[in-house]
Amino acid sequence: MSYLPYAVAAWICVVGLFGVATSRNLIHLAICLTVTQSSSYVLLLSVGYVKHGGAPIFKGTKPGSTAVDPVVQALTLTDVVVSVAVVALILALALDAHRLAGTIDPDGLADVQG
Amino acid sequence: MSRRVRIAVLVPALAGLGALFAWAVAGLPAFGDYRGPYGYVLNRIVVPLRHTTNVVMGTTFDVRGVDTMGEEFILYAAVVGVTLLLRDEVSTRRVERHTRRLRSDATRLVGVLMVGGGLLVGLWLAAFGYVTPGGGFQGGVVLAGALLLLYVVGSHRDYRVFRDEHFLDPLEGLGAGGYVMVGLAALASGTPFLTNLFGLGTTGTLASGGSIAVLNWASALAVTVAMLLLFAEFLKTYETPLEQDDPGS
Amino acid sequence: MTVLASTLVPLQAVAFALVALGAPLVVLTRDPLRQALVNGIYGVSLVCLFVVLEAPDPALSMLVVSAIAYPLVIVAAIARVRAQERKRNDE
Repeated sequence: MSYLPYAVAAWICVVGLFGVATSRNLIHLAICLTVTQSSSYVLLLSVGYVKHGGAPIFKGTKPGSTAVDPVVQALTLTDVVVSVAVVALILALALDAHRLAGTIDPDGLADVQG
Repeated sequence: MSRRVRIAVLVPALAGLGALFAWAVAGLPAFGDYRGPYGYVLNRIVVPLRHTTNVVMGTTFDVRGVDTMGEEFILYAAVVGVTLLLRDEVSTRRVERHTRRLRSDATRLVGVLMVGGGLLVGLWLAAFGYVTPGGGFQGGVVLAGALLLLYVVGSHRDYRVFRDEHFLDPLEGLGAGGYVMVGLAALASGTPFLTNLFGLGTTGTLASGGSIAVLNWASALAVTVAMLLLFAEFLKTYETPLEQDDPGS
Repeated sequence: MTVLASTLVPLQAVAFALVALGAPLVVLTRDPLRQALVNGIYGVSLVCLFVVLEAPDPALSMLVVSAIAYPLVIVAAIARVRAQERKRNDE
């Protein structure tokens, strides 16, 4: 039971990758990629959790009380921003591919010549 | 390879990946059994050392400030990439047509009130980022969202200034470049890059953290303008007349 | 690997279970417009998980991103694809 959080992170990663590989629509593919990225948030925050710890914000609480790890939270923040940037770029690429190839299906893009 | 073959290869590969993942996490300490020293160290030293009560923001902008500089530039590069990819070849057909106004007055009233509320919430989140949960990024996206709401309840004309690249590009440079400037100012005064130079102030108030406050606002500005630029690029489709089944209105 | 008493509070177990349930739902929704909505709900379940794991800053980030940034770029991309299809069908 203590390993459930890591199992959930692995499950989400595998599910997202399955969605990316079997996708028929480039926009659907971009969203499945964000699901895979969310598995990294779950893993990071699960690794940083301290038993009976509070949030690492010390306004109103006594400094020195048990708190969870702030470094992985900072990493997760950066991860979320990167995820937005990646989705925006992939959607822009999908729009460009649709304009040039006429289809939004990844399988249909293989026929684009030159 | 055809789709069937691809799925037939995929399922065992994903099962193998899952097994490797399971083996990897079995070696981790159990959930809650935190062993690493950095969490304990940072929770104890950041508040007296930097006078910010939000240790996560203190870590983001001071202890690991270089990572956040990289993150700003990732967002910046994404905006540049999207602008280049979605550039219209026939760029002269920038005709502004009227979008269909929202018919319901109640929706427009609530939307207008929410624009003001959203701006205040965004500014508050960005300003108090290093005191209570929040920060430049969160406040920046809320600000961009509130300005976009102006487009939804208003029309092209009300929103035009926030789609104008000539207005937004210098602000984006100011945000991303301002971050680097603060670091270079530290370098110019003989200390390592991004050292906290300004006075530290009183813990728990707005006037605390030194250069963390300046970097917080620089990142809020950069993120707001980056989001507005992204929205502007993706929204270029709405220059053509909308139809019945348009998801935007 | 010693056997410990579980440190997983029931609230956290429920939050993890909701997230584990939401991920396949997002992947299995094939229509992009519907998937944008399901992704928003998955984002809210992730926010609940982050709050329960005592991480308010990532929770705020995820909330703001999944409510404002994602729906906007996804819906605008779908609208633009439809506009391009329409233009192609007209030619």
